[in-house]
Amino acid sequence: MSNFIDRRLNSKNKSTINRQRFLRRYKNQIKKSVSDAISKRGVTDINSGENIVIPSKDLSEPVFHQGSGGIRDKVHPGNDQFITGDHIAKPPAQQSQKSGQGDASNSGEGEDEFTFSISKEEYLNLLFEDLELPNLEKNQLDKLIEYKTVRSGFCAEGVASNIDIVKSLQRSIARRIAMTSSKRKQLKEYQQALANLQQDKHDHISEERELKKLIKTLEEKIAKIPFIDTFDLRFRNFAKQAIPTSKAVMFCLMDVSGSMDQATKEIAKRFYILLYLFLSRTYKNIDVIYIRHHTQAKEVDEHEFFYSQETGGTIASSALELMNDIIIERYNDNQWNIYGAQASDGDNWADDSPHCKSLLINEILPKTRYFSYIEITQRAHQTLWQEYQQVMENNSNFAIEHIKEIADIYPVFRELFKKNTKNAA
Amino acid sequence: MVTVNKKDSSKVTPQVTPLNDCPDWTFELLEQYQTEIARVAKHYRLDTYTNQIEVITAEQMMDAYAGVGMPIGYNHWTFGKKFIQTEQTYKRGQMGLAYEIVINSSPCISYLMEENTMPMQALVIAHACYGHNSFFKGNYLFKSWTDASSIIDYLLFAKNYIAECENKHGIDEVEATLDACHALMNHGVDRYKRPQKISLDEELKRQEEREKYLQSQVNMLWRTVPNTNKDNNDDNEHKYKFPSEPQENILYFIEKNAPLLKPWQREIVRIVRKISQYFYPQKQTQVMNEGWACFWHYTILNHLYDEGLVTDKFMLEFLHSHTNVVAQQEYNSKYYSGINPYALGFNMFIDIRRICEHPTEEDKEFFPEIAGSNWLDTLHFAMENFKDESFISQYLSPKLIRDFKLFHIHDDEKNNYVEIGAIHNEQGYKKIRHKLSDQYNLSNLEVNIQIIDANIDGDRSLTLRYIPHNGIELGDSKDEVLKHLHYLWQFDVKIVQEKQEGEDKVIAQCSDKTKAK
Repeated sequence: MSNFIDRRLNSKNKSTINRQRFLRRYKNQIKKSVSDAISKRGVTDINSGENIVIPSKDLSEPVFHQGSGGIRDKVHPGNDQFITGDHIAKPPAQQSQKSGQGDASNSGEGEDEFTFSISKEEYLNLLFEDLELPNLEKNQLDKLIEYKTVRSGFCAEGVASNIDIVKSLQRSIARRIAMTSSKRKQLKEYQQALANLQQDKHDHISEERELKKLIKTLEEKIAKIPFIDTFDLRFRNFAKQAIPTSKAVMFCLMDVSGSMDQATKEIAKRFYILLYLFLSRTYKNIDVIYIRHHTQAKEVDEHEFFYSQETGGTIASSALELMNDIIIERYNDNQWNIYGAQASDGDNWADDSPHCKSLLINEILPKTRYFSYIEITQRAHQTLWQEYQQVMENNSNFAIEHIKEIADIYPVFRELFKKNTKNAA
Repeated sequence: MVTVNKKDSSKVTPQVTPLNDCPDWTFELLEQYQTEIARVAKHYRLDTYTNQIEVITAEQMMDAYAGVGMPIGYNHWTFGKKFIQTEQTYKRGQMGLAYEIVINSSPCISYLMEENTMPMQALVIAHACYGHNSFFKGNYLFKSWTDASSIIDYLLFAKNYIAECENKHGIDEVEATLDACHALMNHGVDRYKRPQKISLDEELKRQEEREKYLQSQVNMLWRTVPNTNKDNNDDNEHKYKFPSEPQENILYFIEKNAPLLKPWQREIVRIVRKISQYFYPQKQTQVMNEGWACFWHYTILNHLYDEGLVTDKFMLEFLHSHTNVVAQQEYNSKYYSGINPYALGFNMFIDIRRICEHPTEEDKEFFPEIAGSNWLDTLHFAMENFKDESFISQYLSPKLIRDFKLFHIHDDEKNNYVEIGAIHNEQGYKKIRHKLSDQYNLSNLEVNIQIIDANIDGDRSLTLRYIPHNGIELGDSKDEVLKHLHYLWQFDVKIVQEKQEGEDKVIAQCSDKTKAK
């Protein structure tokens, strides 16, 4: 006795729950792996998931097992050279082996790693877990700009071209049925009576004539009910619906003067990646504008932005001015959600800093949704930071943070966006 | 096309039309092959549970892998981890998926992969649905230690019960309890006492009663009214010993005696214990089980070929897969990873048949009872009454030792060399057979650790003893496992080991203090 069952169409994700349990349990390790992975990505490369690496010692499920030492007997196949009583020297003890190559394999030694992929969604969720997106969205909906005409039911008045024929005729039928029902009922009765009379053996000429006359007037009355009435007409209704724009532009401003080394730029890059990822959760299309500056600002592509060498002094306001020009020229703030992120090591020509402040307050901040400034430096703050601090006190969509080393980026990023939600709330 | 051997031609009509051998299978074709295979299996007296053959996709196969052979599993992260591991290795091409998975249940569920070609499906049906299936039904270990008809119901009960616990007590607590149980799963098996059969109705009916009863028993044991008479005793020596004899089934002991476990936790301990018990016979019969199944797919399909029911093309593909499965790498091959249970088992059954049908002088000396006997009777007897360890020590023949060129290596920690203890020659046969048999003796492989004392009238600490086999120390994971045991017992736990001087020495312990570190 055997039965065949085709299970191929059954759901194949029997393990989904267990997989989620796994992610849940190793959330901390996975999160760490996720934030480590950021540095390896291009700013706009967010379409893939991520490979997660967890040291497998964290994953092991311990059971009692036999350890080392003692006497072991083992049988193997394929004897090609041994005879009973042969002695074979053991390979040198493991400890000496380890110390011999200790330095060389310091990173990878002995520690297997468990690698697996998570999907893009899982990746982003982990990356932005408990960052307050909803408030940001609310903020964003304040300014509605685009309208779309959408159908919204039917109405009794309208222009002829919008007549909905089916709806109108349906109403016409209903009206006619309603208005003639009592007359039809009566008509039926008369016709029945007439038929009865005609079947009767006796003649009832006068009564028949009377009845026929009544029937005729009723039929005329019914026929007089108009086929269609203005009352029946229904028009398709349209309404204007506001839709939040899904377009955003992100300005990356960076100081590339001699004092900014490659490591500092890498830190800035990670910050931009995070911001881009964060924005891409809310907006469908994002333009990224890279502006670098020393004493003059210039719009460049991503590669040049991060990797070209520049030297010279620093005038930060040049970048802000260029950003403002580009906004006016290309990104109407009614249609675009504008974000700005400025990174610098804090160096600025002292006289320029008040100018930056006024530029921000008067020109840029009113147009942007959010502007963040990160200062990547080990040294004390300079004038730019002090001026910006004043800006921050009066503007909820402006934030500054200080980054000392690479590990600070992620917490600082969180801090920036948490702060924003607090102010907004 | 049809070339029928002379001796077989009397049985079958010469105009046999072979079954369709196109690579694509259909359900009609599966049915036809299955019918023929069933007929031949009956001819060889294979007694099976009803087959339930399920065709599944590769993804579903990975799900099945993750469930470690349980068709219905409770939810736990470890299965998620297994799934991810399988998926990764499969996607990278490091591992192919098995052609089938078969479950010891009644009806016997076998999963066939959608990707298999028709000859592969026929192989798998013969292998799993008749080979493994008859082994599950016939072998004494499975007969007496598992109950095929109730396992599905029980697993369903377990899944629902654990899901319910998660609802009531939160995922974290259930997960921690399961983690602890899994760490001790290998020590949740009764090796000598036959367990009760498990059945769903009974479980449901008695579960609540049991909860109450168990708790009351535990309360009796741990009643803590201090007995003043005992107070002047030495702290180390309490009045009476509990348990009276060492207990090897740690999970059972926990379930019945852990002082602070909640009733639902006891039930979870029980579930893990039952599942562990269910899989225990499979661990003990790997060589036999696979060997038996390989022997029968080989024999059945060759029988069909002799009858002219399958074509040369079919046989070539079948033999290709078969040879891969039963290949044995030699010790110096870079692919060598120990003895292949399929190869050893298959060749042993083939060899037993040979000894019965064409015994040599040597065979007659080594196997006087079976040389020349009816091979089918002998094979059935061997399948029914042995496990790997006893099967090898009973049936491994000198010829097979020569064919495999087996040799034995003796490795003593004290020496800086390893010694060849025996090779495939006259003097070595018995020793090799003995050592190979030991290699499959689970009591040599699994850690011998027993509960020797629960200090019930003192600090409630639990003591276990590790008894080393051949002087092999307990592995490093002991401290981690002990943390899990501590989670269940909730008072101090320690492991002692007798040293050469005859003194017990504590080799690992876990108390609230050490845990805090």
